[in-house]
Amino acid sequence: MSVATKPAPPAGASSLAQNQLPRYTTQLVLVLSIAAGAGLSALFGGFSIVSFAVLSVLAFLVVNTVLSGVVEGRRKAKDKLVTGLVYTAFGIALVPLVSVIWSVVDNGMARFSIDFLTTSMRNVTGLNDQQALEGTAPFIGGAYHAILGTFLITGLATVISVPIGLLTSVYLVEYGRGRLAKAITFFVDVMTGIPSIVAGLFAAALFAVLFGVGTRNGFAGAVALSVLMIPVVVRSSEEMLRIVPNELREAAYALGVPKWRTIVRVVIPTAISGIASGVTLAIARVVGETAPLIVTAGFTSSINNNPFSDWMMSLPAYVYSQAMRPLSGSSPQPSFDRAWAAALTLILIVMLLNLVARLIARLFAPKTGR
Amino acid sequence: MSKRIDVGDLNVYYGSFLAVEGVSMAIEPRSVTAFIGPSGCGKSTFIRTLNRMHEVIPGARVQGKVLLDGEDLYGPNVDPVTVRRQVGMVFQRPNPFPTMSIRDNVLAGMKLNSTRLSRNDAKDIVERSLRGANLWNEVKDRLDKPGSGLSGGQQQRLCIARAIAVQPDVLLMDEPCSALDPISTLAIEDLIGELKKNYTIVIVTHNMQQAARVSDRTAFFNIAGTGKPGKLIEMDDTTKIFTNPTVKATEDYVSGRFG
Repeated sequence: MSVATKPAPPAGASSLAQNQLPRYTTQLVLVLSIAAGAGLSALFGGFSIVSFAVLSVLAFLVVNTVLSGVVEGRRKAKDKLVTGLVYTAFGIALVPLVSVIWSVVDNGMARFSIDFLTTSMRNVTGLNDQQALEGTAPFIGGAYHAILGTFLITGLATVISVPIGLLTSVYLVEYGRGRLAKAITFFVDVMTGIPSIVAGLFAAALFAVLFGVGTRNGFAGAVALSVLMIPVVVRSSEEMLRIVPNELREAAYALGVPKWRTIVRVVIPTAISGIASGVTLAIARVVGETAPLIVTAGFTSSINNNPFSDWMMSLPAYVYSQAMRPLSGSSPQPSFDRAWAAALTLILIVMLLNLVARLIARLFAPKTGR
Repeated sequence: MSKRIDVGDLNVYYGSFLAVEGVSMAIEPRSVTAFIGPSGCGKSTFIRTLNRMHEVIPGARVQGKVLLDGEDLYGPNVDPVTVRRQVGMVFQRPNPFPTMSIRDNVLAGMKLNSTRLSRNDAKDIVERSLRGANLWNEVKDRLDKPGSGLSGGQQQRLCIARAIAVQPDVLLMDEPCSALDPISTLAIEDLIGELKKNYTIVIVTHNMQQAARVSDRTAFFNIAGTGKPGKLIEMDDTTKIFTNPTVKATEDYVSGRFG
């Protein structure tokens, strides 16, 4: 490695100057390390992507640090070592994220189409799948009923959770004093940690008591999801309401505005962008819940518009049923493809919700323009 | 629409802590009364009892009488909201509502209470209040812009416009210039001179020159030591307080020999 070092400054030139490596050194070392990593990996027991990555990173960290230590001194060497480690950690964190998205997109695109989004599984049987594989009939069967179910169930869960959650947080921030407020905060924290299957069993048991054992419908699923959603909404809205400056409340009181109007017209509007994006993220959090929906809303292959009666499909349950119980035992591939396509749909919905959250936050943010 | 305030033997508490003890004073209408004194002596705490803002803090309470033209603010069945509609307040830091435009900030007192206003009335109130606060010429072309985009001094004058838009009888000002530069301070002091033609004004200030410039009467508060309650030491005409005070502590404070 021919890395030029600047000549040491002549004595007395400047007491502040010291040896420095040229700025492109790090990039150069990186390129060389990757080359060396590839070479070493091929040398020791055949090329593999894992040993290539590990060897390249190790080579880079060692060479870059040692080189810097020799030329520039200890402090700079430490700086380069830690910078390298931070980037490595970042890279490792990206691996699962990218690979999940990659595999879902790669496998899901096979069946992902307008047709998939607009048809249900009604009257689709293993025979259709076999014929499709043989090429004698087109692939049929989609996830429309599951998408519809997911939207209905999550929508209902939002309608239940947002008023309860928002009002609870208003109570905690504006009114709650003493033991009751502390107890509520404590139980909200506990609820945040409830496993989702427990929430599902709670809703299933509640509906069994109220409407008879074995009652499953979309509304029961929505109740299960709101058990999971309420604590998230309470927590995020509480944070947002707390950061509204007290001065704004006092300004409103000093104008002779009653407390409830101050909350409704000043405090909540000031915090609305944060509350709205918190709610959207809470929705994104529960939209992929599987276990509570399986025990409360069940499975179906037909479109069900009514969340208050009969079983209702949801996207996670659809993925689960297509992957674990393919329509045709002998040729399961079409079912697997459908499961991947549904997973892709779910990821797209979550992504969309996150974008919506950002948009809402920007739209409602207090204006500061001049 | 300007009213007098009489305070009779007022004790102010935070929980069990006595913050201000035994204050009695008379505040004349259409005049400026300044409260001076060292930090922590209870000036701000006391001024907040004059429109029942004190009790917004959990555990805070008051003993004694505050009479607004003879009516007790702390009498039974007195709604603090009604009190605050008659006794307006301007705070230390400018606090325009960030979600509202300049126009809506001025109209906040009506809008937040959902008072019905015709378009013309609203326009008149906005112009009258902003002119009253010496801000009209600076903002008349951008009334729809957010109030938070103004400079600190302009924001404080916007807050004054907001406070006088509801036409209170008394205007309380808790260190209104402490966050402002000298030019904005001058603008607000001029404004106080204008406002006293119509309002009873009470101002808390740390700036003794300011108290001397703007006020007709001055009240000096002091505190014996940490944890002790603040007390009203002396109240008199401003010229007398600054030239020939009766009490030694007042003289030490206004002449800078305090502590």
